[in-house]
Amino acid sequence: MTYESFEYDVLVIGAGGAGLRAAIEASSAGVSVGLVCKSLLGKAHTVMAEGGMAAALGNVDDRDDWKVHFADTMRGGQYLNSWRMAELHAQEAPARARELEAWGAVFDRTKDGKILQRNFGGHKYPRLAHVGDRTGLEMIRTLQDHGIHQGINVHMECTIIELLKNGDRVVGAFGYDREKGRFRLFTARAVVLASGGIGRAFKVTSNSWEYTGDGHALAYRAGAELMDMEFVQFHPTGMVWPPSVRGILVTEGVRGEGGVLRNSDGKRFMFEDIPDAYKSSTADDEEEGWKYTQGDKNSRRPPELLTRDHVARCIVREIKEGRGSPHGGVFLDIAWIKERLPNGAEHIKKKLPSMYHQFKQLAGIDITQEPMEVGPTTHYVMGGIRVDADTQMSTVRGLFAAGECAAGLHGANRLGGNSLSDLLVFGQRAGQYAAAFAKEQTTAAINSDEVEAAARHALEPFEREGSDAEGPYQVQFDLQDMMQAQVGIVRSEGEIQKAVDGFPGLHQRANRVGVQGNREYNAGWHTALDLRNLLMVAEAVARSAILRKESRGAHFREDHLEKDPEQGKLNTVIRQGTGGEMDVVQETLAPIRDDLQQIIEDNK
Amino acid sequence: MSSATFRIWRGNADGGAFEDYTTEVSEGMVVLDAVHQIQAEKANDLAVRWNCKAGKCGSCSAEVNGNPKLMCMTRLNSLPLDQPVTIEPMQTFPLIRDLVTDVSWNYEVKKRIKQFAPRAPDAPDGSWRVEQYDVERVQEFRKCIECFLCQDVCHVLRDHRLHDKFIGPRYFVYTAALEMQVLDTADRVNDLANEHGVGYCNITKCCTKVCPEEITITDNAIIPLKERVVDEMYDPLTKMLRMFRG
Ligand SMILES: Cc1cc2nc3c(=O)[nH]c(=O)nc-3n(C[C@H](O)[C@H](O)[C@H](O)COP(=O)(O)OP(=O)(O)OC[C@H]3O[C@@H](n4cnc5c(N)ncnc54)[C@H](O)[C@@H]3O)c2cc1C
Ligand code: SF4
Ligand code: SF4
Ligand code: FES
Repeated sequence: MTYESFEYDVLVIGAGGAGLRAAIEASSAGVSVGLVCKSLLGKAHTVMAEGGMAAALGNVDDRDDWKVHFADTMRGGQYLNSWRMAELHAQEAPARARELEAWGAVFDRTKDGKILQRNFGGHKYPRLAHVGDRTGLEMIRTLQDHGIHQGINVHMECTIIELLKNGDRVVGAFGYDREKGRFRLFTARAVVLASGGIGRAFKVTSNSWEYTGDGHALAYRAGAELMDMEFVQFHPTGMVWPPSVRGILVTEGVRGEGGVLRNSDGKRFMFEDIPDAYKSSTADDEEEGWKYTQGDKNSRRPPELLTRDHVARCIVREIKEGRGSPHGGVFLDIAWIKERLPNGAEHIKKKLPSMYHQFKQLAGIDITQEPMEVGPTTHYVMGGIRVDADTQMSTVRGLFAAGECAAGLHGANRLGGNSLSDLLVFGQRAGQYAAAFAKEQTTAAINSDEVEAAARHALEPFEREGSDAEGPYQVQFDLQDMMQAQVGIVRSEGEIQKAVDGFPGLHQRANRVGVQGNREYNAGWHTALDLRNLLMVAEAVARSAILRKESRGAHFREDHLEKDPEQGKLNTVIRQGTGGEMDVVQETLAPIRDDLQQIIEDNK
Repeated sequence: MSSATFRIWRGNADGGAFEDYTTEVSEGMVVLDAVHQIQAEKANDLAVRWNCKAGKCGSCSAEVNGNPKLMCMTRLNSLPLDQPVTIEPMQTFPLIRDLVTDVSWNYEVKKRIKQFAPRAPDAPDGSWRVEQYDVERVQEFRKCIECFLCQDVCHVLRDHRLHDKFIGPRYFVYTAALEMQVLDTADRVNDLANEHGVGYCNITKCCTKVCPEEITITDNAIIPLKERVVDEMYDPLTKMLRMFRG
């Protein structure tokens, strides 16, 4: 067969913040760049980010600097982070934020005209540059509008289904366009994965259909290592009612602006359980917490702004112990601030316009008048493709990864706002190093047998159309139910094992899935093709979760409640074994540099 | 639980027809939920775009009972369910399949608009000092989620098909955001008048009415742009100055 073919120096897979930033960087290094994405340009997950991007600009509190940001990120990640990535991230985020402004982003301002920064969980000082509660839109649009003038060739609505190798090097990718279902062959000297997360592996999620872990699975099948896949972030506040919107995110910005969590007794339960590591930095009472949210530098944060893993578990506890809200969540109240602010209702609408809109339209609730009902939702994966901290190259030559699909920066738990900055810092680095790598290579031959096999495999679901073939959706639903129930927020050996045992059956069903219709924009076919990736990443999460017999960050084991200092020195590494089996091992973290350790101590 | 019937357009550029699907509806459901349910249960290959399910990405645009809407933000309890709910693709763009249209023209139009060109930074670290007041003026325009519903409804595109001569309300909003951004130094007025066809807009305000982000497209973006065109192009003094500046 012949395919529509394209040749680039650098091929970027994914057009969220990370992919766009990588493409811009690579193209400004003078190489030819192709950019592929499953949706239309500007619709990737990055567009949904609300709260802001973390960067130690020090505009609101000049005590902030990269060292404090570094220490906060490491503490949040429970020291499983790649310290080198955390260092680079904290150092480079401010320049990346300012650069966005030079490309047209319009951030909210301080009184003296600088970029305004807001409070967020786990960040010591107000650090999140933002635009109301639609920061992600501002970021993706800025990158998109800048990027379209950079000579980047964009392939919208095109899905990559396989990476192609020549020897030990990645040399291209193979995919199909959604419109007609035609295959496309990309030859490239370097490939950057910026494909985002895996949230669709769970039932309740803030993530869209795109988040099926494609990049993770592509990299894994190409021989790259994944790392720390047990760490999946459950955001404490997703919508719980009405049923059809369950999981949709309610930004942490609500709590940053003074919103409080209450149970059905009207009690602010977050004051009851404050982890030791955060005792000295948490408010003693409601008054102090309120002052903190209003910018008082001598006050400490309210417990609602503790790290996400902790807040999510406290909410689960309240619900389990019968103090939840009518639809199985807890109450998040921002309306109460009217007691403190004369123009409270207006203030809420101005600071949280899209939350106001979202609840008004989807739940019929006016958040300036009533509390919201919220509960945890699958949000983000800390684990991902293992990369070199400086260059973002994976363990396979010529394959780079950046953004949510890469591992390392966030360790066991990501702080809010650290993703948007991650995308820019490491997107830029991936673009730079991929371009440099590409310049040193010649274009390598593509193995046409490999391509033929991928094409044949992709078309199989059409051949299975018929009464005995199952549709793809039911398999996906069953996987999501299983992961939610057995590998969710609270985990135990027995439950995870049930999930692990469930995979062979699901794999078999996925291999027998049949689809109706033809190749034109066929959602059923697309879902069938994504299934393989979704199953792969879900299995990686489950197998990693069983191996880590401790509770740390987002990974909570009710059969191992404590942190184990020994396991705290280990990353979980996943690779495909020679017989196609999934190997999961633990590897020791590189010892941290002394000067960085000192920064951590100084900020304790 | 009760059920409702959805009359959904099925077909591609070669032709097609409405098909009726009856499905269960429950409290709080939006049109997109019903479409997904139908897709999972009865029509696996039904083509529809979506991402965020919360009105943030602008993917799920369609015409619901003839009105341009985001399907994810249109609650079923806002529609009469005793008769079939019709769902069809946007009419202004070529059909790909079912509810999905080819909106690539919009992406091409944007490339023709001069990009942001900031003045020199105000501070040595490369940053600028800007008042919140100035920021808010353009933030209204920057809320745009590129759903293209305004493009869909504008008669200059929908009925007169002037896609070559007229960039449409979305891109007047985009131009206004650039023109009113205090840091920007580029001049788009000449293009607006000559290449981008701002004159074709006769201020019917249909675009403003359908904008899910409630951007006051006509009053706040288009009319001020029209005024700029008049001031700069036809004011003799400005015109002379332009000549001197080259
Ligand atoms: C509702 C919500 C709110 C959030 N709020 C914040 C916040 O306030 N602050 C913060 O820091 N973080 C926030 N996050 C997290 C953050 O938005 C994401 O982690 C981040 O945007 C991911 O960016 P990315 O560039 O890695 O990937 P994405 O933006 O998700 O982009 C992934 C891209 O890869 C493409 N892709 C995937 N698979 C394939 C394939 N097989 N072939 C071709 N293309 C493919 C997709 O089409 C897409 O273009 C939020 C997340 C959500 C869901
Ligand atoms: S006001 Fe102008 S741009 Fe808007 S719909 Fe009417 S003619 Fe089109
Ligand atoms: S201006 Fe409004 S209607 Fe037009 S594309 Fe933007 S959000 Fe949609
Ligand atoms: S799915 Fe994003 S706007 Fe409707």
